Amino acid sequence: MLRFTDEHEWLKLEGDIATVGITTHAAEQLGDLVFIELPKVGAALKKGEAAAVVESVKAASDVYAPVSGEVTEVNPAAVDDPATVGSDPQGAGWLYRIRLSDPGAMDGLMDEAAYAAFAK
Amino acid sequence: MHEDAVEPVAPAAPPVPRSIEPERTPLHATHLALGARMVPFAGYAMPLQYPAGLLKEHLYTRAAAGLFDVSHMGQIALRADDPAEIARALEALIPADLLGLAPGRQRYGLFTDASGGILDDLMVARLGDRFVLVVNAARKAADEAHLRAHLPASIQIEVLPRALIALQGPKAEAALAPLAPEVAAMRFMDAREVAVGGVPAIVTRSGYTGEDGFEISLPADAAAGIAEAFLASPEVLPIGLGARDSLRLEAGMCLHGSDIGPSTSPVEAALSWAISPARRGSGARAGGFPGAARILSELDAGPARLRVGLRPETRVPVRPGAPLFAGADDDLPVGTVTSGGFGPSVQAPVAMGYLPRALSDAGRQVFAEVRGQRLPLVVTRLPFVPAGFKRG
Repeated sequence: MLRFTDEHEWLKLEGDIATVGITTHAAEQLGDLVFIELPKVGAALKKGEAAAVVESVKAASDVYAPVSGEVTEVNPAAVDDPATVGSDPQGAGWLYRIRLSDPGAMDGLMDEAAYAAFAK
Repeated sequence: MHEDAVEPVAPAAPPVPRSIEPERTPLHATHLALGARMVPFAGYAMPLQYPAGLLKEHLYTRAAAGLFDVSHMGQIALRADDPAEIARALEALIPADLLGLAPGRQRYGLFTDASGGILDDLMVARLGDRFVLVVNAARKAADEAHLRAHLPASIQIEVLPRALIALQGPKAEAALAPLAPEVAAMRFMDAREVAVGGVPAIVTRSGYTGEDGFEISLPADAAAGIAEAFLASPEVLPIGLGARDSLRLEAGMCLHGSDIGPSTSPVEAALSWAISPARRGSGARAGGFPGAARILSELDAGPARLRVGLRPETRVPVRPGAPLFAGADDDLPVGTVTSGGFGPSVQAPVAMGYLPRALSDAGRQVFAEVRGQRLPLVVTRLPFVPAGFKRG
């Protein structure tokens, strides 16, 4: 299940674990990325709190946790080469994986068509 | 996602009401045709970046040449029967030797206030018997009012409705010379009235990138044609405000409103070089500018704090506003970062900020607080990249 937030993040749910990243639209708006900070594996995130930071040459942007849960994995490629997040944000440039504390948390989020209309 | 700095993020800001719609420069249609992302800046719609993106634009300027629309900046002509009268009147506002500024030369200057702060920084060019100032966009109206309040009525003040294009980079001369062969003979900080592609222009060999290059003042209606002629050269890429800022930061140059302003003196800002010897304590025309008492005493005794270059030792960019600490565990900050980001040519984060003079020696480690963490930085001599000016 692929879902999107109005903060321009995507989540792909497999079992009770969601992979999280920023959308292609967000990456285009941010421009060249030069630094990525990710949460620690094992961190308990609350929905709405800053989970990661993506920085372009000019600006730092917080990426908020779209759901509550425990971080199970982070993407070392995103940290080692932030350009990966810029060039393939919805693929190789994923940010982290989170085990949802509430499996119903994805319910209210946008599907791909709704997000495409939202980001237009 | 949440932005805490300059760049806008999706969704786009709501449309600006028509009454306060930003002004357009003479190159507006050119920017749109080039696919620029436009942002409001100092009352103007300006290109933040073009499709190439900030990193490529920055590196292209250092390797070849970049074209910048800086038409938002203020261009002010001063005329009088006796050019020495203009120089004397400007010297009462700017701590520079302007009586000694030869025709065909340009100098960096500062409008100071009575408390020794910096109202604006500017370029002063002497062209024959007139002077032309280039001032910051956000200070244009204030600077004009400042001049009208302080210059004698015998000096005519005219804000020029002209475009201003900067061509910057090691290939700038090669890009400009086919349209204006005389520029090849110019050196750093020369100012000339020349025809560029048959259009009457004021050309100075200067800029805001640390590279060799030119600023070209043109009649507004001719600017787009000249800009497009430059852009037809494979050596020239259009450059937005984003790369303009990262280029000037690597060059160690100040941004008024961030690194300098009314609360910083020229000596604190490490701009003492802009205070000409003739205007200093033992000079021929010592003092006589606003804030002279403080500024001259700081030149003698040293300022309490100093603008310095800062190299973060981690990969985390340190942004303007970050507090600086002498020690990793200190409670009280000793200074603040005023400019900071990623330096594409340095390939690392770079920053500038103010520190107490006792902590401002190159090589000293200090700490910045970023997202609750103390990160080490090293005080570094400016600029971060060597200047490419054509001084010879």
